[in-house]
This record gives sequence, C-alpha cells and structure tokens, in this order.
Amino acid sequence: MTADSNGLHVDVWRGSGTEGRFERFLVPMQESQTILDVVAWIQQYADPTLSYRYACRVGMCGSCAMMVNGVPRWTCRTHIKKVIKDNAITIAPLRNLPVIKDLAADMDPFFDKWVAAGGVHHPTRDRNDEIEKLSPATPERIETDTGIECINCSVCYAACDTVSSNVDFLGPAALQRAWTLYLDPKDADPGVILEAVSGRGGCHNCHSQGSCTLHCPNGLNPMKAIAGLKRATVSSFFKGGR
Amino acid sequence: MLGLRLYMAQRLSAMVMIPLTLGHIAVMIYAVQDGLSAAEILGRTKGSDIWFIFYGLFVLAVSLHAAIGLRVVVHETLGLKGRALDVFMWLAGLLLLVTGLRAVLAVTL
Repeated sequence: MTADSNGLHVDVWRGSGTEGRFERFLVPMQESQTILDVVAWIQQYADPTLSYRYACRVGMCGSCAMMVNGVPRWTCRTHIKKVIKDNAITIAPLRNLPVIKDLAADMDPFFDKWVAAGGVHHPTRDRNDEIEKLSPATPERIETDTGIECINCSVCYAACDTVSSNVDFLGPAALQRAWTLYLDPKDADPGVILEAVSGRGGCHNCHSQGSCTLHCPNGLNPMKAIAGLKRATVSSFFKGGR
Repeated sequence: MLGLRLYMAQRLSAMVMIPLTLGHIAVMIYAVQDGLSAAEILGRTKGSDIWFIFYGLFVLAVSLHAAIGLRVVVHETLGLKGRALDVFMWLAGLLLLVTGLRAVLAVTL
C-alpha cells in the first residue's frame, strides 16, 4: 500500500518531553478507517520509529486516546470521516500529561490521582465471609451505575481546563471513581474518601465547565459525580464531619 | 488550592451577599427615585445601628468572598501557589475589609 495524491494529510506530533514538532505524512484513505488505523499505517509503512499506545482496538481498554484536531478522542473508535477537515488531520499526545515520546503520554499523574482521590476499595469483609448481596434498585446503586463504565482513557483529564491551570486538581475521572466508591455500601470508610476529595486539589476546585462530560467517549457525566461529591462534603461539613 | 473550608467560606458568604445585594439595590432605587440628596441620605445613615450592621456585614461577606475568588483567579492565571498565594489572599481580603469598613464607618458613625 502506498500513499497517493488522494491520501490524507496527517500532521503527527514527534518528540519527547517538552521538545517536539509536527511531522506531515500522506496516508491512503480507506473505508471505515479510524484514527488508530491511520497512526498504525504510518508506523508500519512510513516510519517505524513512531511511538504510540493501544491495546484492544474496540473501545474497552482506554489505551489509545490522543488529541485529534485539538480534541481528546479514543482513536480506535473515531472514524476519520467524523473529524477530517480539508483532507487533513492533526494528531498529538493527550493534553495535560507529560509526553514520553511522540503520541505516548505518561499516564502516571492520571493514575496517581486516582489513588490520591481515595479511589481504592476499603473492604468491610474478607474472602472467608459471604458475598454481600446488594439491591440494584437503590438510588445509590442506580447513581453508581451511571459512573462505573469508565475505561480510564484520560480523555476527560485531557479535556479539563481546570487541570490545565491547576496541576494539583485531581481531575474528573479520579473524582468520579471516588464518587462511585463513596456510594458503595460495601466501602468501610466513606469518610476517608470525603477527606481525600476535600484537599487543595479536590472536587471544590472544579468550575463545572463540563468539558469532561462533553468529551467522555462512553457518555459518562463526571461533572455530575463531582457535584455529588461537593454536596456530600458540604453535608458532612454541616454535620461536623470531616 | 481550594479546600473544603475555603469553598464553604466562599459559598456561605455568597448566601449572605444575596439578600444584602438585593437590599442595597432596592435602597439605591428608592433613594434615586425619591430624589434624596447626599445630605438627606447621610442624615438617615449617621448614627444608625441597622445601616452599620447591614453594610458592615456586606463588607465582611464581600471581603471573604472576593479574596477567595481572587485566590482562584491568581492561581489559575498567574500560577501563584503555596504560601505566596495564602499571603495574597489574606492581603486582598484585608484591603477590602479595611477600605470597606472605613466607608461604612464614614456614613454611619
């Protein structure tokens, strides 16, 4: 397969750390072609030194998110026809994260904040106890269901302007995770979660601009989850809690 | 940058400011429509405990609310953080409080 004059003009970010520049590739157009297909074609046929990250190709693993024309997207599920402008596409590593090389962003700050937001389960039982049965019909469980399909792709984190201007902000995904755990009746200490999200980088720094909700590829609403955490912390404040 | 206490201080001060702002606007409209002179207005505010409490509370709420708001703006736009950010917030609040209370005392004492 070779590039032809009918191909796509693709500007790809090349570089490490804060150094880099866009490099243009001519990529042949195909039917049902995704952004990830375009990146894979460049790596396989034009420049094998191009670095990028992917795994499942079907929108489950959250590995392949990148900035496409300045917008964070899951590239395996983004068709070029949806984003192409004047036969050209710009592809860059995720915003708000350090760049390892080319299109591979360093996800460490993103996942470190999941832990910092109290996003780990605090068990009430051990493996010898019977599994706790929960009703799927409680308001808490119904609310939880709206937030647990996160695939950790960091699209919301890259979309968030508060993260851009406040590096300590825990970000939408971590706070949404904290919210679903806070609502979990199996969690032994929801107060720990409220304390974790009430610090200087916590949920109260969110400006409710809604970029997270706008760009979430799974249609989740982290802004609503953050609002829930704000309500819970305010309620705890008036009750003299943490 | 903004923990729960500062968040609560800003929200609660906003709740205090809502009725005070409406009251302030209502008084201004009343004063203008009635054609009250500055001397007539001062005649009503001088020595009044109610107007001292009204505008004293207003100034207190504004100082708290605006200082925390400026803290957020300065951090996110200029990158000021840590102790310098705390000092900026306290100085901004203190400046608003002193100048505001000075004006309140001037028309109510």
